[in-house]
Amino acid sequence: MTTNYFKTYPDEKGYFGNFGGSFIPDELIKEMNNINDAYYSISKSHEFISELRSIRKHFQGRPTPVYYCNRLSNKYGGRIYLKREDLNHTGAHKLNHCMGEALLAKYMGKKKLIAETGAGQHGVALATAAAYFGLECEIHMGEVDIAKEHPNVIRMQILGAKVVPVSHGLKTLKEAVDSAFQAYLQDPINTIYCIGSVVGPHPFPMMVREFQRVVGIEARDQYQEMTGELPDNIVACVGGGSNAIGLFSAFLDDNECKLHGVEPAGRSLNKGEHAATLSLGKPGVIHGFKCYLLQNEQGEPDPVHSVASGLDYPGVGPEHSMLKDLNKVEYHSITDKECIDAFYELSRSEGIIPALESAHAVAYALKLAKANPKQSILVNLSGRGDKDIDFVVDEYGLPGSSK
Amino acid sequence: MNRIDQLFQTKKKNILSIYFPAGYPHLNDTNSTLELLQKKGVDLVEIGIPFSDPLADGPVIQTAAKRALDNGMSLKLLFQQLENARGNIAMPLILMGYWNTVYKYGVDHFLADCRKSGVDGVILPDLPVEEYEEDYKAKFELAGIYNILLVTPQTTRERLMQIEKSAKGFLYMVSSLATTGGILHYDSKREEYFKKVSQLDIPSLIGFGIHNKESFQHASRFANGAIIGTAFIKALQAGNSEKFLNGLR
Ligand SMILES: Cc1ncc(COP(=O)(O)O)c(C=O)c1O
Repeated sequence: MTTNYFKTYPDEKGYFGNFGGSFIPDELIKEMNNINDAYYSISKSHEFISELRSIRKHFQGRPTPVYYCNRLSNKYGGRIYLKREDLNHTGAHKLNHCMGEALLAKYMGKKKLIAETGAGQHGVALATAAAYFGLECEIHMGEVDIAKEHPNVIRMQILGAKVVPVSHGLKTLKEAVDSAFQAYLQDPINTIYCIGSVVGPHPFPMMVREFQRVVGIEARDQYQEMTGELPDNIVACVGGGSNAIGLFSAFLDDNECKLHGVEPAGRSLNKGEHAATLSLGKPGVIHGFKCYLLQNEQGEPDPVHSVASGLDYPGVGPEHSMLKDLNKVEYHSITDKECIDAFYELSRSEGIIPALESAHAVAYALKLAKANPKQSILVNLSGRGDKDIDFVVDEYGLPGSSK
Repeated sequence: MNRIDQLFQTKKKNILSIYFPAGYPHLNDTNSTLELLQKKGVDLVEIGIPFSDPLADGPVIQTAAKRALDNGMSLKLLFQQLENARGNIAMPLILMGYWNTVYKYGVDHFLADCRKSGVDGVILPDLPVEEYEEDYKAKFELAGIYNILLVTPQTTRERLMQIEKSAKGFLYMVSSLATTGGILHYDSKREEYFKKVSQLDIPSLIGFGIHNKESFQHASRFANGAIIGTAFIKALQAGNSEKFLNGLR
């Protein structure tokens, strides 16, 4: 790719090749244009950049480290490194774009932040950003996820956010987006929709990417400083794709680095049992943008499943859709079972409990390491797994127990 | 001539348009509902193509769409139902749905089936006019199917002029509420917006928040008529749709 990549994609209409754009009701168009204009004028100002830099350092605790997994590498072969986004404040990469979006909202004079959440990580991060800036916050969350990710619901409430339960459809991430969009439509002037990933209508996929690029920029430098070279493989899980884009974006010009996105294969790759959008989807439009989409022949989004609530979405970021078509990134899938095994493996070999989303990336990295013992692998450990522990132990038991 | 133009040429005031979802409350109710609407003198009908994630619709229409989908409703089946209905139905028919349904069906195929089953126009709230103009306008115009465009209080003057250029039939003037199903309130700003749009060269109907005779008549003062959706669906659900329609005029 060229150094112009970030200026070329998206184009001024929000397209990443054939994907992205803006498929929204007319009443939102003016506001999306306002956000786009504000993004370009405000977020490039010296004042904004220095405020965000200070937040990154003093509030979020950045840079997060790159860590070499000694025991895991010895066991599986290869050299496995983690970019430790689990050590970012609130325990996941989500705060990177939330602080950026909330800072922009503050400059724009917005009063309230609205978003959906799947695993609750984005919701917690946005509630944190809202508390930091003194803004109101309303988080829409499917009832199934509310039950599964209970600790995050409590965290959001402690932080002062209102959690709105969503009870239609499968009561998970897709429905939470529907609900948050509708709440946003009621008052787009005073509120802003801080979408949780590199999805939604233009300019969100671009904005969220820009705020997540810090992950890749740090990791590339850190890795080079540690090893004097670049990693052979870079691995990240893909729900909507924000943590993956954050990391990949720094390596798009490095042809020697292979990029791997990991999607959830759920219980199986049969319809309704997975959310492997890039592997099995067809181009379509959902939630205001064009992307690969799991859908039936009528264009209805398929039901999806993953053990990781944050990956449970029938669409995917438009930029990933393009990177797939350009063969710039390979997309693979990992089952629920492989994810759980990796969850315990990383916990017990390294003392790091990963989020179930991130455990998908770890699982794929372990496969890669086994197959390529001479190669190095940098994994985005996008979040920590505290939110998942009750669910995992209740559903799967401890390793070696009979559950 | 397109039936929509015919209607607006012969009638200038109090045009009543009713929205209902296809295949609701039961799969085969589409045609009997159409017959009822015709009998009761409704001027124009919008038939909803059910979609599971309708961004512009409130809870009542969402729930109805879900029920229709569960009944087995699909765009393909709707075209079959309409082909049988057209013999008895003279009102202009407009399909309202979300872009992915049409995109997935195939735009050429969709337009051909619209013609075959006597559909006069479509409303696609999530297909912005820019996308329409660039990729689809020529096809719609060739097929003679009107793409009815929406304007809202948020629409800038500049954009309104762009929309007017591409608009056919009439403008769907979204009253104010962001999603369907609320109650419409009037103030001077809102009335100014209605006046601005109704001064254009193209007729207009007001929709979103119109729910009874009084609100219909009030809205009709600012446009050529109005559209009722959510309130009619509630009547269908309660089994008193005929009574509801009698009460509107
Ligand atoms: C820790 C973690 N990683 C990854 C994701 C998936 O999102 P994305 O693909 O946008 O990074 C989530 C979403 O909730 C998450 O919480």
